Amino acid sequence: MKKRLFALFIFLLFILGGWFLVQTENEDKTVQYRPFKYGLDLQGGVHLGYKADVSALAEEDINGAMTSLKETIERRVNLFGVSEPLVQTETSLGASEESKHRLIVELPGVTDLNEAIEGIGATPVLEFKLLDRDVQTTFFEKYGELEEGVELSEEEVLEFSDNLYRTTGLTGALLDRALVQFLPPNNQPAISLRFNGEGKDLFKEITENNTGEILAIFLDGALLTQPVIQQAITNGEAQITGQFSVEEAQTLVRDLNFGALPVPIELIETQVVGPTLGKEIIEKGVFALLIGLAGICIFLIIWYRAWGVIATIALSIYVLIMLLLFKFLPVTITASGIAGLILSLGMAVDANILIFERVKEELAGGANPRNAVIAGTDRAWSSIRDGNISSLISAVILFYFSGASLVKGFALVFALGVLVSMFTAIVVTKTLALGVVPEKKNLLFGMGFKK
Amino acid sequence: MWIIKQRKIFYIISSILVGLSLITIATTGIKFGIDFTGGSLVEVAFLEDRPTNQDIVSLVSGLEFMEGASVRESGDISMVIRSKEITNLQKDELIQTLEGSYTIEEERFSTIGPSLGAELKTKSIMAVLLALFLIVLFIAFAFRHVSKPVSSGKYGMITVVAFLHDLILPLGVFALLGYFFGIEVDSLFVTALLVILGYSINDTIVVFDRIRENLLPLNDETKKKRFEEVVGKSIEETYARSINTSLTTLLALTALYLFGGATTQTFALALIVGVIAGTYSSIFLASALLVTVKKRQDKKGM
Repeated sequence: MKKRLFALFIFLLFILGGWFLVQTENEDKTVQYRPFKYGLDLQGGVHLGYKADVSALAEEDINGAMTSLKETIERRVNLFGVSEPLVQTETSLGASEESKHRLIVELPGVTDLNEAIEGIGATPVLEFKLLDRDVQTTFFEKYGELEEGVELSEEEVLEFSDNLYRTTGLTGALLDRALVQFLPPNNQPAISLRFNGEGKDLFKEITENNTGEILAIFLDGALLTQPVIQQAITNGEAQITGQFSVEEAQTLVRDLNFGALPVPIELIETQVVGPTLGKEIIEKGVFALLIGLAGICIFLIIWYRAWGVIATIALSIYVLIMLLLFKFLPVTITASGIAGLILSLGMAVDANILIFERVKEELAGGANPRNAVIAGTDRAWSSIRDGNISSLISAVILFYFSGASLVKGFALVFALGVLVSMFTAIVVTKTLALGVVPEKKNLLFGMGFKK
Repeated sequence: MWIIKQRKIFYIISSILVGLSLITIATTGIKFGIDFTGGSLVEVAFLEDRPTNQDIVSLVSGLEFMEGASVRESGDISMVIRSKEITNLQKDELIQTLEGSYTIEEERFSTIGPSLGAELKTKSIMAVLLALFLIVLFIAFAFRHVSKPVSSGKYGMITVVAFLHDLILPLGVFALLGYFFGIEVDSLFVTALLVILGYSINDTIVVFDRIRENLLPLNDETKKKRFEEVVGKSIEETYARSINTSLTTLLALTALYLFGGATTQTFALALIVGVIAGTYSSIFLASALLVTVKKRQDKKGM
């Protein structure tokens, strides 16, 4: 009786899961809106692959520089107003040392390649600019101290932003290095800057003439920090103090060093996908999935009869679990991912077939159906485990070697498929089978064709 | 078991197929896509009647940067034009030329630098070798308790032979398809090869696993004497499962090939060939090779 309740429970979970899956696609239902995430090849957009030249950098600075590069490009990308742009850095396996650092930018919905390339633009610049007190005063006179949350219109900002800071000619090219320091007495983090020969002279001149003023630092037009010049600095070694947390100080130092030695990027790969292509791929993919599923289920029911019905339910639960995982991990769905899901259908049945063939042997050996299920699942386990481990090895290697998002999408789905199919075969199939098997053999629970 | 008895016939069939594949690959070569060679790809949909390949070739041949370009139909209404690397402006020029004669919609434009292509080749080879190495290691480990009468390392070596068989056949088929239909090998094809690797070995493992199980209760002397018989019995007990699993996988792949759209069609085809080869090799080749290896050992007097 307990077994039956458990089987019923799984079946109800399945219905609930299906309901949930459909509801989360719907924007104005009570359940949280959680649509599938589609890859660039399915929703259309621009994919740009850049090679980052890190040859001028010391080994230990590369990671920091790449992170700064990524954040800078992210800021530029955000100006496109695209929903969910993707900017990521990659280290490509199998590439030569000088070309293995990559920057990938994906802009869903953008179809104008020229606009995208120009918008991402060239190498970012670090600049030191002086705050113009007069402009600032006029600004405050006009708008008062801005309360938090109050935003100015674009024209209002433009009116001042152009004039608020004056260019000094001091740029990242003149900065030698930035470091985090911990100052006594309580180890407050601070940032020390060292300028190179030319930078030292210019910095001296600026600090002598503008003591007490604010020398703001911008990376790629974005304000990093606004330290006040406390005194004239002649040796080119400055220190920025303030209430930084260790983390803030480290981020600032990373950005400053990146500005001192920016990473030039070169476009090596582009892809533009129109918005219509993807829709067609999704429709065809879903159709192929349903046909494949139906074909397999019919085959299983003809061959294994009642066991086939159990396998059909288990397989449907498998698809449902995969779709829920796609949604909630989330997995970005690509054309190859859909192909992976369809392929994995065939393979997911494998564990069921292994179990059923064992059950068949047990039945032929005279066991009653219940014991046959228990012993069959047990004895099939070592094959299922070993076979799936080899598939997992392939999937993991695919995942790590593939720079192409096309292949990565497949590898992820394939690996998930292997894991989930082991679960559905061992847990779902076994539970359902135990829930419905009769005490004695009958025609329905016989199997296959007689020799 | 007839498969073991007649194993020489299967060795011959496999050798002929592998030989033919190797000859095809050597003579026609494999046609690599822009993923591997670098270059550009433009896909356009023709909203009215789709012209023939020849129409497009003669239309774009006037453009200097389109030299050596190839044209292929894709899906129901689209065409793919592959060429050496072109800039975005050149692509716009190409689109304008096409718009002069047809009502089209630009669907896809990809450009891959040549260095990236070379890198993908290296990567693909590394990936396949690494996967192979790890799987052999895993099999040697998984079968470590069955060192008699054939050592577990040899189980591993035989899976490699079976896999090479399953790898060379799709490569041969694609060399042919490339020669006759211009079908190109892309990064998804390599993915398919790795899947075939996993699949073929999965299949082989199921048979080996049964041999392992059937050998376990026997003492060393009986194992030696009745090895051939045990292998035969194990194949007999597992081939229904091997064929059924292949059938379901092939059902899924055929659906993908017929209905899944152009992007993944060659991928599905590569897998179909690989799955058939993999099933064949696991039933007719791998276990028979175990018997052959054991006979050799006996002759050497081990």
